[in-house]
Amino acid sequence: MLPEKQAVKDLAALGGWGRYPLADTRAVRPERARGLTPVGEHCLARGLGRAYGDAALLSGGTLVLTERLNRFLAFDPESGVVRAEAGVTLKDLLEALVPRGWFVPVTPGTKNCTLGGCLAADVHGKNHHREGTFSNHVPEFEIVLADGSRQTARRGDDLFWATAGGMGLTGLASELTLQMTPVETAFMRVRHTRSKDLDRTIELLTDPGHDARYTVAWIDCLAGGRNLGRGIFMAGEHALRSEVSLRVANPLSVPFRRQKPFPMDLPGWALNPTTIKAFNLVYDWAKGRRTEFVCDYDQFFYPLDGIQGWNRMYGKRGFLQYQYVLPTATAREGTRLVLERLSQAKKASFLAVLKRFGPQGEGWLSFPTEGLTLALDIPFSDGLLTFLDELDDIVLSHGGRLYMAKDARMKPAVLRSGYPRLGDFCEFKKSIDPEGRFDSDMARRLGLCH
Amino acid sequence: MPLSPGPVLVLGATSAIARSVALALAAKGCSLVLAGRDEPELERIKSDLEIRCGVSVSHLVFDAEDETSHKAFWAQAEVDHGPFKGVVLAFGYLGDQQRAQEDWGEARSVLERNFVSAASILHVVAQSMETRGEGWIVVLSSVAGDRGRMSNYVYGSAKGGLTIFLQGLRSRLQKAGVHVMTVKPGPVDTAMTFGMDRLPLLADPQTVGKAIVAGLAQGKDVLYVPTPWRLIMFVLRSVPEKIFKKTSL
Ligand SMILES: Cc1cc2nc3c(=O)[nH]c(=O)nc-3n(C[C@H](O)[C@H](O)[C@H](O)COP(=O)(O)OP(=O)(O)OC[C@H]3O[C@@H](n4cnc5c(N)ncnc54)[C@H](O)[C@@H]3O)c2cc1C
Ligand SMILES: NC(=O)c1ccc[n+]([C@@H]2O[C@H](COP(=O)([O-])OP(=O)(O)OC[C@H]3O[C@@H](n4cnc5c(N)ncnc54)[C@H](OP(=O)(O)O)[C@@H]3O)[C@@H](O)[C@H]2O)c1
Repeated sequence: MLPEKQAVKDLAALGGWGRYPLADTRAVRPERARGLTPVGEHCLARGLGRAYGDAALLSGGTLVLTERLNRFLAFDPESGVVRAEAGVTLKDLLEALVPRGWFVPVTPGTKNCTLGGCLAADVHGKNHHREGTFSNHVPEFEIVLADGSRQTARRGDDLFWATAGGMGLTGLASELTLQMTPVETAFMRVRHTRSKDLDRTIELLTDPGHDARYTVAWIDCLAGGRNLGRGIFMAGEHALRSEVSLRVANPLSVPFRRQKPFPMDLPGWALNPTTIKAFNLVYDWAKGRRTEFVCDYDQFFYPLDGIQGWNRMYGKRGFLQYQYVLPTATAREGTRLVLERLSQAKKASFLAVLKRFGPQGEGWLSFPTEGLTLALDIPFSDGLLTFLDELDDIVLSHGGRLYMAKDARMKPAVLRSGYPRLGDFCEFKKSIDPEGRFDSDMARRLGLCH
Repeated sequence: MPLSPGPVLVLGATSAIARSVALALAAKGCSLVLAGRDEPELERIKSDLEIRCGVSVSHLVFDAEDETSHKAFWAQAEVDHGPFKGVVLAFGYLGDQQRAQEDWGEARSVLERNFVSAASILHVVAQSMETRGEGWIVVLSSVAGDRGRMSNYVYGSAKGGLTIFLQGLRSRLQKAGVHVMTVKPGPVDTAMTFGMDRLPLLADPQTVGKAIVAGLAQGKDVLYVPTPWRLIMFVLRSVPEKIFKKTSL
């Protein structure tokens, strides 16, 4: 059958998860596999729009929404290998496969994202130091190229390593194969350790004695002076059957929780340093209390997913995420400087997360490199963009780079100095997409292959 | 009415609403037979339902417009996969009202695919279930069939005809212990409506699918989804024709 004529929908003022910047675009939304094909002069795949900035935006072009191409195609309960369309979400995978004893191998802090989006951003989770990025668990995928042809990309192919982390610029990923991780339960055994300052936080993250499969540290950005970098170190392991209370009849199922929608846009002033400080204190106290406990995977991996549309609490102006990684040698020094600047400027971040990355993967534009990564949310305010440019200087002078899936504002030069394989990427893109059909507002802003 | 796990035949199984109804049925343990014209898509939906819900699913080629094939189609499907506990009829075609006004071919196709073809296959299914004395039938009609409006009366009349057909069929089959539920959705966010603007109370197919299966389990005769449409259509039906004809709804 021929691909049917696809209806086009106008989308005005569409944003990413941070709701800055906004763009006027159009979209198609194929419901059949063969409908996934490039349209118009410029187009771009969009999953659930969880990238924060303009990675999944294309002003004046056409977005190809993948959300309806979300069918599971094959699953082998023996090996845990699953094949699915790119619009399948991590939530879908968890709901279908955790009851059968298989967990997603790598997960970002939200389960509301698609396999295509996870591949294109080559996402990382709390287990990066042990298990690498998402693409590390993908034996192969299928992708629709600019000329409409479908190709299978296997590890070792240029197409594979250009696409993993390539932010949608190589084509429309259509199907992925993923190796899931075996688990005995849907629960996590978690340990929280308070840390008084940055040195201690880094020690907890790097010391093998404290290590676990999943580690992360939550940092109080408002603390300065002696307390700079204080926080809570969180370590988690998938709980074994014997570690889950016998009262839990089915240890592979998680109680259903209704999402509470975030009711409205909060006015911008609601998140000033004082309110954040109050929030931090409460959070700090609550999390610090129990040091070792068992909780379900939603509570451990996706605390924010429980509040639907929580991004609206940042008000109409939206917010920015800022995430960098610094190499091990300079990470301590660089992070200290960044935290000092943050605590001085009172540009408080609601959430600051510090995490150790293991060795770099092979994706050409894949973000994680060995060292420490810090991620912050910052509500939009006047002067914020200049402030972040100053942070960029610290990151670059310490040999680091920024994460495109979180970015909405870095300058082209910042990208260039952080990603040495940019040249290879653009050369390859030219060979498979000579007209530059796949494009995004982010690529235009960053001069990525432009 | 408790849903028994027996096989359910879904006609027009590639429709987004059908897919979500199938998912909700599979989640309750029903095995499924998916029927439609687009085989590669049916295969994908089949594997999806099998993997998500662990039920057994088959698929069959079915063309609603090929009415002469309906009797044999049903007979064969019953032999291979039946006896069916339930049938979901979801195929339909919105068409283009403007084009339908200018081109009889389009108008005819809208009437055919929403009403005549549906009546044809229901004719066969009804006889069989009536003889057997059990089963249920769920049919996707539309709020559009509740009152003729200038903006979509061709589609509306086909769905209206279908609604009346189902009223009679329900009464007939009730005597034999077969339940018929008419579903009247408002606008649903599917390929049928994507790109149209100003759609009131646009519902997502997932919600609609769950509501349909819940309505079926409650033994509803007529189900408006989302529920406010029951009231809205009541009001719309109450407006005197003298006034209604002057509107451009
Ligand atoms: C609360 C929250 C926490 C997060 N935590 C983390 C984290 O811990 N680690 C991490 O790495 N990321 C994290 N992220 C970022 C998020 O995981 C990524 O942005 C991911 O790409 C979002 O997936 P999506 O389906 O929403 O993609 P979108 O946002 O829709 O798209 C993201 C990019 O992927 C491309 N893309 C999408 N689908 C396809 C496809 N089928 N083919 C080709 N390209 C495609 C788009 O063009 C775009 O460039 C977090 C985001 C949120 C909101
Ligand atoms: N979406 C709405 O707003 C809305 C509102 C009220 C009522 N409805 C009704 O709900 C039902 C499902 O709608 P939807 O929105 O899910 O539509 P959809 O996704 O556009 O699906 C329409 C379906 O009809 C099938 N079909 C059309 N002609 C056929 C034929 N000759 N033989 C077999 N199948 C045929 C198509 O199957 P193929 O794969 O073979 O093309 C397709 O699966 C329809 O009856 C529709 O009228 C929809």
